[in-house]
Amino acid sequence: MTLEPQIWREMGLTDDEYERIVTILGRQPNYVEVGIFAVMWSEHCSYKTSRPALKTLPTEGPAILQGPGENAGIVDIGDGQAVVFKIESHNHPSAIEPYQGAATGVGGILRDIFTMGARPIAVLDSLRFGELNSPRVRYLFDGVVAGISGYGNCIGVPTVGGEVYFADSYEDNCLVNVMCVGLIDQKDIKKGVASGVGNPVMVVGAKTGRDGIHGATFASEELSEAAAERRPAVQVGDPFMEKLLLEACLEVIKTGYVVGIQDMGAAGLTSSSCEMASRAGTGLEMDLALVPRREEGMTPYELMLSESQERMLLVVQQGTEEKVTEIFAKWDLDSVVVGQVTADGLLRLKEGDKVVAEIPAKALTDEAPVYHRPTEKPAYLAEVQDYPVDALTMPDDYNEVLLKLLASPNIASKEYVYQQYDHMVGLNTVVRPGSDAAVLRVKDTNKGIAMTTDCNGRYCYLNPKTGAAIAVAEAARNLVCSGAKPLAVTNCLNFGNPEKPEVMWTIWQCVEGMAEACRNLETPVTGGNVSLYNETKGNAIYPTPTIGMVGLVEDLNKVCTQGFKQEGDVIFLLGENLPELGGSEYLKIHFGLEQGNAPVLNLELEKKVQQLVLAEIKSGLIQSAHDCAEGGLAVALAECCMAGNLGADITMVRRFRGDALLFGESQSRIIISINQEHSVELVKKMVEAGVPYTQLGKVAGDSLLLNVVNPGCSGCGGNLLNLPVAKLAETWRGAIPCLMQ
Amino acid sequence: MKFGVVVFPGSNCDADCLHAIKVVTGQPVEYIWHKSGSVDGFDCIVLPGGFSYGDYLRCGAVARFSPVMTPVIDFAQRGGLLLGICNGFQILTEAGLLPGALHRNKNLQFLCHDTHLRIENNQTPFTSLATAGQVIRVPIAHGEGNYYADTATIQQLEENKQVLFRYCDPQGEITPAANPNGSVNNIAGICNRQGNVLGMMPHPERCAEDILGNTNGQLIFQSLLQQWQRRCG
Repeated sequence: MTLEPQIWREMGLTDDEYERIVTILGRQPNYVEVGIFAVMWSEHCSYKTSRPALKTLPTEGPAILQGPGENAGIVDIGDGQAVVFKIESHNHPSAIEPYQGAATGVGGILRDIFTMGARPIAVLDSLRFGELNSPRVRYLFDGVVAGISGYGNCIGVPTVGGEVYFADSYEDNCLVNVMCVGLIDQKDIKKGVASGVGNPVMVVGAKTGRDGIHGATFASEELSEAAAERRPAVQVGDPFMEKLLLEACLEVIKTGYVVGIQDMGAAGLTSSSCEMASRAGTGLEMDLALVPRREEGMTPYELMLSESQERMLLVVQQGTEEKVTEIFAKWDLDSVVVGQVTADGLLRLKEGDKVVAEIPAKALTDEAPVYHRPTEKPAYLAEVQDYPVDALTMPDDYNEVLLKLLASPNIASKEYVYQQYDHMVGLNTVVRPGSDAAVLRVKDTNKGIAMTTDCNGRYCYLNPKTGAAIAVAEAARNLVCSGAKPLAVTNCLNFGNPEKPEVMWTIWQCVEGMAEACRNLETPVTGGNVSLYNETKGNAIYPTPTIGMVGLVEDLNKVCTQGFKQEGDVIFLLGENLPELGGSEYLKIHFGLEQGNAPVLNLELEKKVQQLVLAEIKSGLIQSAHDCAEGGLAVALAECCMAGNLGADITMVRRFRGDALLFGESQSRIIISINQEHSVELVKKMVEAGVPYTQLGKVAGDSLLLNVVNPGCSGCGGNLLNLPVAKLAETWRGAIPCLMQ
Repeated sequence: MKFGVVVFPGSNCDADCLHAIKVVTGQPVEYIWHKSGSVDGFDCIVLPGGFSYGDYLRCGAVARFSPVMTPVIDFAQRGGLLLGICNGFQILTEAGLLPGALHRNKNLQFLCHDTHLRIENNQTPFTSLATAGQVIRVPIAHGEGNYYADTATIQQLEENKQVLFRYCDPQGEITPAANPNGSVNNIAGICNRQGNVLGMMPHPERCAEDILGNTNGQLIFQSLLQQWQRRCG
């Protein structure tokens, strides 16, 4: 029986792809088989567009135990322990149904971590929305935050960090990227492999329903006006079920009975089964009639394509099925043997005795098409980069500008968000949300794990390559400011429609920039996720290659935070101030401009600054450290003051525009404070290391004072900032709650 | 002194309570599975925080029917020390061991942050090491912590000094601004008439170690141990 072209086209396959299937099978596929190919060859599952670029990323390093290709990456943290981590997007579902979209995003990434045998210890969320003056945006923002809160709080994994950005480009297509970090003893690491011919295959956890069918396909197309009709493609999460599944899986994995295990995420039973077989070079035979289901009358097609949440596929050692079932029963969960591992390399699906599909497992994974799509530099770039930023009038009142910046939702306190997340459960959170990076202790050791997510989409829009490199550099800088050595990266690449050559060009540029920074800073990429087709009405989001990074704190007593610690401490700025205003939050807030070039990134300087700061945090010299990011030097100083509830008295030499000095966003800058008696020693070390520095002033009083002197120009100097810390804090804390009222 | 921490399906502060009790008191502590029919041998039982049975239907409403609750209720009625934290407090009210109920927070959002608590009564086994009116800093993490009871019940609780903790500002003043969730009379924790059952929304186990930046929560576990040693030494 030959299918109508309409059928595979609606499932998202091209005619050429269909022909390829016919060639692989040597016959016409049936309906179930086409459905399976369509979902496995979707952009979401196959990475068919991004794979050539992703292959250029550095993935190896001394600490890397597992690079890309598994459910999550793994890095060594010594003592036989490891950190398992990954970031994933749930953009399309969240744009349609924010609560469930975000909730199941958390659920999915948690499963990727505990499927490897690790206990999840933290979640971070990197979120992007349109501007908060839009009612639709406020609805999406509140819904997403509530969804993360509802799922994460219930399962009892603390949400310890992340970021929230607001820009028009995300108005209809919000971004929800969720990162999970787990801890494991290396001996317990499990992988998604179906090895051992004859070993039983088990479906465990929730029953299968009709929800989320073709979710992966939905995630591989633009969001259209009709997207709301796709709401049935959004899954519904049950965090209570996931908590039981988490505890049961970790208990089963500890027994040693498990050969391979994989989450049924996107493309559900289809992807988990063929990926496990493909990795092991085996086949799988399953009788779909045995799969526990929520509804009567489900077809093999529906069972294979369902994205019902909180399910896992297990391959266990022959003869241990009963013991495994006992453990799941203890947690009141279903676990059913549905088939076994075979030697023939085929994914063979049956309904009772009848074979309903038979496909070589590798045809669905390794043999998926790869597209080298055309690229073209976007025309807008020259225009935005050449914008005459220097011709803009300088402000009269710097105090007013600083307060405006602190009230900008991109800079304002995100307490409104993170106080809705349980960020303390687990008793590991040593540095809570709101500092440069979150730090969690590793119980029974003196070690800590620092983690962060970073990306400035505006920089990537203005200069994709530099913007992506900055995301890596800033992530590493945040970890270093917390006293951690950066170890490895997971990334979430959010872009528009790659069939447009301009979008494809930015993907390649971003990956190039990311690769270069990762190589320089010695933080290899261990995997991640790609989310394309983030477009509505033909408009792409800002290119947003989110970086998740983890680092190791060797001595928990040497954790560092951003707040000033003590009156009289000397404040230094490490790195260089450059006359740069392009892409700054200041340009956006004060002039309504998102123009100019992204700040310059000198990776050699970046590395020197980071190495020195990390070394001197470890030596105990540095009291506080804070990355200079959005809003520039003035905002960073204000944040150090607010976090420490102490003022600062700063005097600087002005060599260029005052607004660029205060609000420009030059990279590779870190503000530190040290005890006065150590300042000579520190200066010596900075000179030796060739790290440029400026002595800014002292921690003093309860106001932020900033004066400039200008030796060549009488009358150009004077006081630019004079604001009580309480006033700064009131503005900064109050901004988002006020907008949400 | 032997502590037991009940594990309901969906409990998620069970491991935290076990850890804190071990670290602070150095006493033996074990989990008690929700299907267990006995709590023999325990001197103090903790109902931990979390989302028992997903908190579907109503917080604590299903957990209260767990098999383990029969011996737990019996244990409490015989004067055993029983501490319910957060979801544990909700279960205690559902089980009728403590009066009142926990409504949704007044802003309808889950809230996780530090609060200050004034200790209103130091004549109980849970607070014996406190000074009267002492202020401690303890974090909350709940969506339904808005304590409510009818006026007569509140009056009784107040008269009998059953209110052990009240949300206050850092100076110990009981103000509306210091009340995070809308609880009547800023109530954060109450005990039963006999003083052996305590329910509280804030999490003392989360502030019982130096590395976490706050050790105020130790006071409750240390008080329990001191009281027990005095009685059973």
